[in-house]
Amino acid sequence: MRTLYKFHGGVHPPTHKAESTHTSIVRAALPSKLVIPLHQHVGNRAKPLVQVGDHVLKGQKIGLPEGRQSSAVHASTSGTITAIDLQLVAHPSGLPDLCITLVPDGKDEWITHQGVDPSQTPHSELRHQLRKAGVVGLGGAVFPSDLKADARHHKITTLVINGAECEPYITCDDMLMRERAADILRGAELMRELLGAKEVLIGIEDNKPEALAAMRQAALDDKHEHMEVIAVPTLYPGGGAKQLIRVLTGIEVAAGVRSTEMGVQCFNVATVYSAWRAIAYGEPLISRIVTVAGNVERAQNYEVLIGTPVNELVALSGSKPDTDRHIMGGPMMGVDLPAATVGVIKATNCIIESSPALFPPSPPTLPCIRCARCAEVCPADLQPQELYWFAKAKDFGKTQEYHLFDCIECGACSYVCPSHIPLVQYYLFAKGEIRVRRQEKQSADKARERHEFRELRIEREKQEKAEKLAAKEKAALDAKKHAAISAQLQAENSAAGTGDSHILEPVQSEAGLTKE
Amino acid sequence: MSAFFSPFISKPDTVSQIMFKVLLALIPGIAMYVWYFGPAILVSITLASITALATEALMLKLRNRPIAPFLKDNSALLTGWLLALSIPPLAPWWLVVVGTAFAISISKHLYGGLGNNPFNPAMIGYAVLIISFPVHMTHWITPHGLGQIELGLYDQLEYIFLGVLPPSVTLDAITMATPLDTLKTHLHLDEHINEILNLPIYGRLAGQGSEMVAWGFLLGGLYLLASRIISWHIPVAYLGSLFITAGIFHLVDPAHYVTPVFHLFSGAAMLGAFFILTDPVSSPTTNRGRLIFAALAGLITYLIRAFGGFPDGMAFATLLVNIGVPLMDAYTQPKVFGKKARPADKTGGQP
Repeated sequence: MRTLYKFHGGVHPPTHKAESTHTSIVRAALPSKLVIPLHQHVGNRAKPLVQVGDHVLKGQKIGLPEGRQSSAVHASTSGTITAIDLQLVAHPSGLPDLCITLVPDGKDEWITHQGVDPSQTPHSELRHQLRKAGVVGLGGAVFPSDLKADARHHKITTLVINGAECEPYITCDDMLMRERAADILRGAELMRELLGAKEVLIGIEDNKPEALAAMRQAALDDKHEHMEVIAVPTLYPGGGAKQLIRVLTGIEVAAGVRSTEMGVQCFNVATVYSAWRAIAYGEPLISRIVTVAGNVERAQNYEVLIGTPVNELVALSGSKPDTDRHIMGGPMMGVDLPAATVGVIKATNCIIESSPALFPPSPPTLPCIRCARCAEVCPADLQPQELYWFAKAKDFGKTQEYHLFDCIECGACSYVCPSHIPLVQYYLFAKGEIRVRRQEKQSADKARERHEFRELRIEREKQEKAEKLAAKEKAALDAKKHAAISAQLQAENSAAGTGDSHILEPVQSEAGLTKE
Repeated sequence: MSAFFSPFISKPDTVSQIMFKVLLALIPGIAMYVWYFGPAILVSITLASITALATEALMLKLRNRPIAPFLKDNSALLTGWLLALSIPPLAPWWLVVVGTAFAISISKHLYGGLGNNPFNPAMIGYAVLIISFPVHMTHWITPHGLGQIELGLYDQLEYIFLGVLPPSVTLDAITMATPLDTLKTHLHLDEHINEILNLPIYGRLAGQGSEMVAWGFLLGGLYLLASRIISWHIPVAYLGSLFITAGIFHLVDPAHYVTPVFHLFSGAAMLGAFFILTDPVSSPTTNRGRLIFAALAGLITYLIRAFGGFPDGMAFATLLVNIGVPLMDAYTQPKVFGKKARPADKTGGQP
């Protein structure tokens, strides 16, 4: 019996998970083309390694990680590179980014690849393999996993594996756990080894009994020690890393603090699965499980090649004609895709086909009545109504005083607001403004420093010039004096018949000093 | 296309529904009221409702705000009902109208309308009436079974609108002071509490009839708690503070200070605890703030009742604590996630 802990607040939106869990995961058909963005992860964009016209094999590296925080990108199937250009990507900004377009040749021909035995391979080499395989966090953060699987800076005692999957509609992790539990646990064990963690806690929300059973069975079958599969209460956003760590360990990781500083590291189930495939089979991250749900004939989970255009994917599920938008992610935190043609990326866990009937526009916004329901459900213990008030008034100093940056943007506040105020949008706005201002202040500070330095330099040069001038004048004057004196001396000499010109030396050297 | 952003789903609750449920929760109390004091209260509630909606519409129009969404939010209606329940039902029609119009226009809309009023509008309306028309505010109907004469609906209407009583009926015959007021008057005459409470106006716990109305409001309040429209903090802290303060005085000098239970079931204590102090707009948003706010209101209510110039202190207590709300909010901000040194609270084992 493990003691579980509570986090504040949370909501229970209708889960809509049953629709997409009737059937097992289906391998999505090879699409007509793949649009593979080079920037699918946190960190620097990968550098293209191929040129238009190149033929590539499945699993061939086509994007090279640039810098420490970056990740590799691979060809999801064999085929020909037809374009490397700016295209719309699955990002809420709607801004185009560099993508490699690959037209499959239909052979789906693998590049030679092979795995390694993790027990016989040094940790640094394993981390290198993860980086080469482009493994990033598939729970949404897409942070390079090799950097997270590193315990050299902090001692890690607990590894949390996140199978909570709290967002409605999304079932990709659920189905992965039901069908591929053994590899998930091997991946978790691999990460435990890399981190030197004592225990592995696998948190799964209790609305997924099949996944819980499959994972427990796999843990028994493979005799995984140090590993515990734990049912956690179904409560949104219990799948947030900080919330799950809190529930399983009691530790609260504050904003701006890394969980590793408190001895805990957290990976999503799909991430450790991909890590295992990368290490044991040498397979780079070129596909992932994606739930297609919402306004479709058949909600379903697919194993999808990275780069598959969203419209070709949803066609497999029979997207209904009144679909007007495509949401990536869940209904609580998902984003409205800028176009249906964007490619599936490593962060794509779910596509919800949206229609006005499924997600009707919210009723007109009324003023805040300070009912504080938002504060009751906030998992970060914030006072959303105060933050709203200050963000609306553009009092950004106050928003920070009220911990704006502790907000995890889970949307629970907006979900319960009886006045239908889009609270999270206000926080995003305030965060954006503050970031812009910080940058502006930084560049203004730099500019001011530069300006001050320039003023100082000009002033110094002026002074030096004046001093030089003064020295020159003095020298000239001295020379005159000298001349006059020597003339006098000469006159005296010629009169007295003796010469002693060296008495004038100190005057000259004095003038020489000021010149330096 | 309009902006489309997450969350794409929301709970079906609306301000309108919340206010409607509060109105619904008032019904048991109103039913008791009608049972013990006749249908006059329904007349004043109707008058208040019409005035509230009309004033709301007028003010929205003057402020160039959309009228329909705000009229539908039920908040003006609630203000009207609460005010109607606070003043004598047999008061002349214009008393309710003036009070409600003032509450909606001055204390709500001049501050920016829904969500922006620092004071409880109904209590502002009440304060204006009790200061401006003190005599009219004391003519409470004698409860059922106590008076020699009871007026029917027609006679009550005639009195409310025309000020005409049936022949041979005097106002004194059908109205009387409230139980709290009577208590105060008799205590001034140096009578012992036990003698006073033997007067026919008193029932088992407090005033005859009015104690039953208080039970009605308590019932409605429990419904609000159960449906999570309000949290327990304000009612518990208010009634608790009133009970404890009254209890201390009663223990020290039972001859001059009535029991704490009497206080809970008298005047506007129950109505205030569940329906007035809990107005979200004019009360704190933090739980600790709510506790301080309501405890202070309980204390002030008692002090006004026991030592002040008015028989009941609920309205003034509310207005006085309303002033402190921004301060209470600012100083009771809870610690945020990860920044508190709390011992882990447990959900109790693995499910």
